[in-house]
Amino acid sequence: MQKILRKIWQTGTLTEAPPAADEIEALGKEVKRIIDQRLGGSLAIRQVDTGSCNACELEIHALGNPYYDIARFGIHFVASPRHADLLLVTGPVSRHMETALRRTWRAMANPRFVIASGDCACNGGEFGSNYATCGGVSRVIPVDLHLPGCPPTPNDLMRGILTLMRKEQPQ
Amino acid sequence: MNRFDWLPGFITLLAEERVAILHSDPILLAPAHCLHLDAEDWGRAARVASASGYRWAGLWGDPVDEQVRIYAVLAHEGDYLVLMTEVPLQAPVLASHTPYFPAADRLERHLHDLLGVDFQDHPDARRWTRHCAWPEDVYPLRSDFPVGGDSPKRAPADVDYPFERILGNGVYEIPVGPVHAGIIEPGHFRFQAVGEQVLRLEARLGYTHKGIEKIAVGRDASGLARLAGRVSGDSTVAHAWAACMAMERAAGVDVPPRALHLRALLAECERIANHLGDIGGICNDVGFAFAHQQFGRLREQWLRGNLAIFGHRLLMDVIVPGGVCRDLPEQWESIIKPQLSTLSRALDDLLAIIDDHSSLEDRLVDTGFLTAELAQMLGVTGYVGKASGQDFDVRRDHGYAPYDGLEVHSPCRTQGDVAARLQIRADEIRDSLNLINRLIQSLPAGPIAVDWPQSVRSSEGLAVVEGWRGEITSFVRFDEDGRVARFFPRDPSWFSLPALEHLVLGNIVPDFPVCNKSVNISYSGQDL
Ligand code: SF4
Repeated sequence: MQKILRKIWQTGTLTEAPPAADEIEALGKEVKRIIDQRLGGSLAIRQVDTGSCNACELEIHALGNPYYDIARFGIHFVASPRHADLLLVTGPVSRHMETALRRTWRAMANPRFVIASGDCACNGGEFGSNYATCGGVSRVIPVDLHLPGCPPTPNDLMRGILTLMRKEQPQ
Repeated sequence: MNRFDWLPGFITLLAEERVAILHSDPILLAPAHCLHLDAEDWGRAARVASASGYRWAGLWGDPVDEQVRIYAVLAHEGDYLVLMTEVPLQAPVLASHTPYFPAADRLERHLHDLLGVDFQDHPDARRWTRHCAWPEDVYPLRSDFPVGGDSPKRAPADVDYPFERILGNGVYEIPVGPVHAGIIEPGHFRFQAVGEQVLRLEARLGYTHKGIEKIAVGRDASGLARLAGRVSGDSTVAHAWAACMAMERAAGVDVPPRALHLRALLAECERIANHLGDIGGICNDVGFAFAHQQFGRLREQWLRGNLAIFGHRLLMDVIVPGGVCRDLPEQWESIIKPQLSTLSRALDDLLAIIDDHSSLEDRLVDTGFLTAELAQMLGVTGYVGKASGQDFDVRRDHGYAPYDGLEVHSPCRTQGDVAARLQIRADEIRDSLNLINRLIQSLPAGPIAVDWPQSVRSSEGLAVVEGWRGEITSFVRFDEDGRVARFFPRDPSWFSLPALEHLVLGNIVPDFPVCNKSVNISYSGQDL
């Protein structure tokens, strides 16, 4: 136990102001304000991989590491779409996930937001649209924000979420 | 040990079993050796290979005119032997290898779903990769199947896949997925349990199938490298390297020594990043948040180093046909050296804590046990194999450049449990740090790439590399215009998924996440 405490002490706090500080700080404050106002203080995200190469997920995971610690903005990931305000979708929407995606989206309560995260989710990316892919999330469900990148970095993701929160109404 | 000393003995055994070798070809897929067999003898050859204790390492088919060429890879003592045969496209019937090599099961079913090859005596007639996006009797990889498909309607959910069930008092079924509770790839797991104990687990993948083999066709070399880098995002370096190596062998391109060193540097950086993430993830799955945060921190630092040195956190698109697309930045030494020493110090501290932590030991030791026999039978490589006594590493035993000039150390343990798979990852991080040190000390000067030749004629190549997850094989055939006619990347996940289904048996359902994480298969890598 001593060793653990020592390590925690040595490591200190790593959470940092998001890069491009001014812009994001401002957005951060604003998003917190909107989240407090409109969503009762927290933004719950359900993530769905619809055939990503898995790199998009790696970067979404990174949002939870001590450097980004996205929970401090009132944002957290939930297990069920029923509890989610936001659907964060990656992948070109494989046709084998098409119905699962639609059902997940339908299970969400209103108001619900959708982010198509990564080039694949935006327009099919490297996989495009073919016999096995739909070629982007907006071909299957309405999308509020397209977030390009291959994969979007944690900073990109944070920017995207903040931008979305500024929007007036979900689609 | 000389390469292929065992081959003459094997050929004699084949002859005794009346297997006719039409052609024995050391050149076509060099350094692998190719044996062209009569289709009649396909099953018998597998029986002989199985009795000789060889490992079955992959299968693909290649439709050429009115024939389908079928290739199966066998591995032994660091050498690769490719069995090859042809069947008519109109009636592609062949004996199954699955009765002799359980590892062949899903790859044969995949090949059936995509190309329509009918494997006789296959013990499991169910589809594997196909759900409902295309009908039963059409095959996407055939040339008359349009890339865009021909069923424009919405693909319904695959609800009637016949999972095997266990009946009896108190047995119940738990279906999980494809949309999971966590942030992971989509797949379906069907558990049969009694109380908390898992009696049977059957996985069903295919949810991330995105037509990679089909859309590879017609690409140029750099287009294929980009696609290969997205077969499995966490293995982008390994898959891109394998595909480029296969293309370079096919086209007869020699990659400059500096580029090979940089590729190895990339591959070791990728290995370290993934192992860091996995060790944290394994600890997290048994509630040890401290290690999760600490390893998350180390991984993030490492990815930032990747970005500073190679321009991409996950190292995508750095490997290109003919070499790599960017050299080290001027100040690379001042970035990489502190990275190496910080990580190695942090590891000493953290691994000592992990080692000391008895509640962690309680959860990880003996959990998810995979016997050496099963590991061997299923053909598992990488950390899953190495934790169950399979002492094999492509870098050390098959020796491709630049690893053939470096002494590669590869860990091996025999405990076969989650704890051992964690330890192997820790061992591999240290070995990779060591390798990186030696790679940068011996970094050759010179160009980082050669131009891709204008005229590449019909040719094919096979490459094998050690990805962070284990052995990856990659096959490429170019057509007469130098365009890709066939691409088949075989991720190690094909073999570690069946291992997961076995090693979880007898464990309690709540230990599934940690068992799963300790194996960490790539769904994308096997769904294609
Ligand atoms: S956008 Fe890029 S990283 Fe994300 S799933 Fe697609 S290929 Fe992978």
